[in-house]
Amino acid sequence: MFHWLEKNPFFFAVGVFVVIAFAGLIEILPNFAEASRPVQGLRPYTVLELAGKEVYKKDNCIACHSQLIRPFKAETDRYGQYSLSGEYAYDRPFQWGSKRTGPDLHRVGNYRTTDWHENHMWDPTSVVPGSIMPAYKHMFTNIADLETAYAEAVTVKNIFNTPYGDDIQPGKEAWEKYKAKVLEEAKKIAADMKNQDVKDAVARGEVPEIVALIAYLNSLGDSRYAAAK
Amino acid sequence: MQSNAALEYDYSVAKLFTYTTILFGFLGMLIGTLIAAQLAFPELNYLLGEYGTFSRLRPLHTNIVIYGFTLSGIWATFYYSAQRVLKVSMAESKFIMFMGKFHFWLYFVGALIAVVTLLMGISQAKEYAQFEWPIDIVVVVIWVSWGIAMFGLIGIRREKALYISMWYYIACFLGIAMLYLFNNMSVPTYFASGGLGSILHSVSMYSGTNDALVQWWFGHNAVAFGFTVPIVAMIYYFLPKESGQAVYSYKLSLLSFWGLMFVYLWAGSHHVLWSTVPDWMQTMGSVFSVVLILPSWGSAINMLLTMKGEWNQLTENPLIKFMVLASTFYMLSTLEGPIQAIKSVNAIAHFTDWIPGHVHDGVLGWVVFMIMAALFHMAPRMFKREIYSKKMMEAQFWLQTTAVVLYFTSMWIAGITQGMMWRAVDEYGNLMYSFIDTVTVLHPYYAIRALAGVMYLTGFIMFAYNMFKTMTSSKELTEEPQFRSPMA
Repeated sequence: MFHWLEKNPFFFAVGVFVVIAFAGLIEILPNFAEASRPVQGLRPYTVLELAGKEVYKKDNCIACHSQLIRPFKAETDRYGQYSLSGEYAYDRPFQWGSKRTGPDLHRVGNYRTTDWHENHMWDPTSVVPGSIMPAYKHMFTNIADLETAYAEAVTVKNIFNTPYGDDIQPGKEAWEKYKAKVLEEAKKIAADMKNQDVKDAVARGEVPEIVALIAYLNSLGDSRYAAAK
Repeated sequence: MQSNAALEYDYSVAKLFTYTTILFGFLGMLIGTLIAAQLAFPELNYLLGEYGTFSRLRPLHTNIVIYGFTLSGIWATFYYSAQRVLKVSMAESKFIMFMGKFHFWLYFVGALIAVVTLLMGISQAKEYAQFEWPIDIVVVVIWVSWGIAMFGLIGIRREKALYISMWYYIACFLGIAMLYLFNNMSVPTYFASGGLGSILHSVSMYSGTNDALVQWWFGHNAVAFGFTVPIVAMIYYFLPKESGQAVYSYKLSLLSFWGLMFVYLWAGSHHVLWSTVPDWMQTMGSVFSVVLILPSWGSAINMLLTMKGEWNQLTENPLIKFMVLASTFYMLSTLEGPIQAIKSVNAIAHFTDWIPGHVHDGVLGWVVFMIMAALFHMAPRMFKREIYSKKMMEAQFWLQTTAVVLYFTSMWIAGITQGMMWRAVDEYGNLMYSFIDTVTVLHPYYAIRALAGVMYLTGFIMFAYNMFKTMTSSKELTEEPQFRSPMA
């Protein structure tokens, strides 16, 4: 049979394809419906948090930080309750990461504050002596792309039935109307910060990346479980 | 069936890909060395402002070495060896020639765009699949044009039976096509929201645990079909060609090929052990990872036994040295991988530097060594000149071998040290170390790894220089060498 296959490239290719596709079918498909269900009480990310997630992705925090607490005592002692599948239901893409050059962040919102993050992102060694993490000062001046974050909320609402409110609708008009809410949320974060330029920018209606990122980091943890807390 | 007149093979596409292999190899390793040094000396994060941090540069390093250097190397060797094993010249079909050139130029332009977008931070933030959807579409066109060139050549072949290398190139083509398509399924938000925000942004079709499953099914097997399968294709062609020895066992080739095809895909879930992926899938990943030793070692042993009775070549020909060492590192790496896939070991190893250590003994010792050896073998035949310097090749070999050993030993120690410290408890059961304690302790290992990077990069520059001299000013050859590559 093998000699015959080697002389018939078409059937050879079909054979290879069947053999390699097999595992994916068996391992991946059966789990799809089950794993995508959210845990009870979990709310999706707000638009500001989504914008923060974009900052997290843009500066590629996943290179050094995981968002997956494994079921070991050493991990739950350090980071809190181990991670559950349903907690990731609104994570597109997932950000588990594969390397912890820095600590896990899946529940960082439970034990770090806006103020801590502001100091840390400006100069990591000021709060963690010996840290090898670079400073991300450009996040204090770069403006976050709120419109794209809103577009993402619209997309996941309409296509994947993510439970957002009726005020999240496609089109420029809906976005202009919704923008005030996002700015309101940003002002709350900025109020807890000390950097005057950031406060001024938010007051002007421009949200620096750092504000969105902190909103996202604060959302990692219990604050997204309205029912539980 | 076959004519006896020697065919004049056309290497124009193979040459183009040879140049980009060297270019992207240098760039990728340069950035790799820089980010390795950043972990030891964090001040190096500020050389390029917002664009120079470890986090921004790391995907640049991985993408350039995977999709720049390795893919170029795969295609350089493909466009060289496919003509020879199929007994057909690229020049025989204007269409195939056009597809080959189109393939190259689209790839080159695509690669440049990819580098720029990654620097700008435009990324899906899926590891090894960072490109946003417009680049994904370009990638698909590039891939399809390779497919057309490959199956075109196969279509007009004179040698009816496909040689082992061709099996692996076909598998590489099919495997990556399947994996890449499924993993990058996403919805562009601009079109789904009535024209809001960035046109480049998209959201993954899968969420959370599902996304993780698909991603690591992709991530693991992109390694399989990018770093293993086509590299095995190379060694099956170039080792027998350079040594003048026939492949040791056809049956072992068969077993290894079909075994690898079947087993590899299952092992992807070993990247998500102890996660929220169902237990049975994690166990499947572990078990199949261990089974994977069989086909991997099958190929490696087949290659080593091909040298049976001819081991003297190892001392006389540095090219054979590169290939035999590559095969040996392949064995080391494919033993180490399954060990890390055992759940109890993974509990310590995962998230630590042992993982990059494992990756690099595989890529530096196996992938890069094999690609460099292949290009060295091709150079005298493509450029009709002897290799510029044997001495330099010897020096390069030892420098880089030392570098690989330094790299993986320092990362093994770093990884296990950190893994043990994360779980260490005092007599009352409290955690003994804060996280930062487990970072500062790694400084010497990070420094050693950076040094290893500098050494390996230096070796690669020697390779590039040797190749450049071979192309331009080495002694010309009057006829094509049959086996052993001539070198001064």
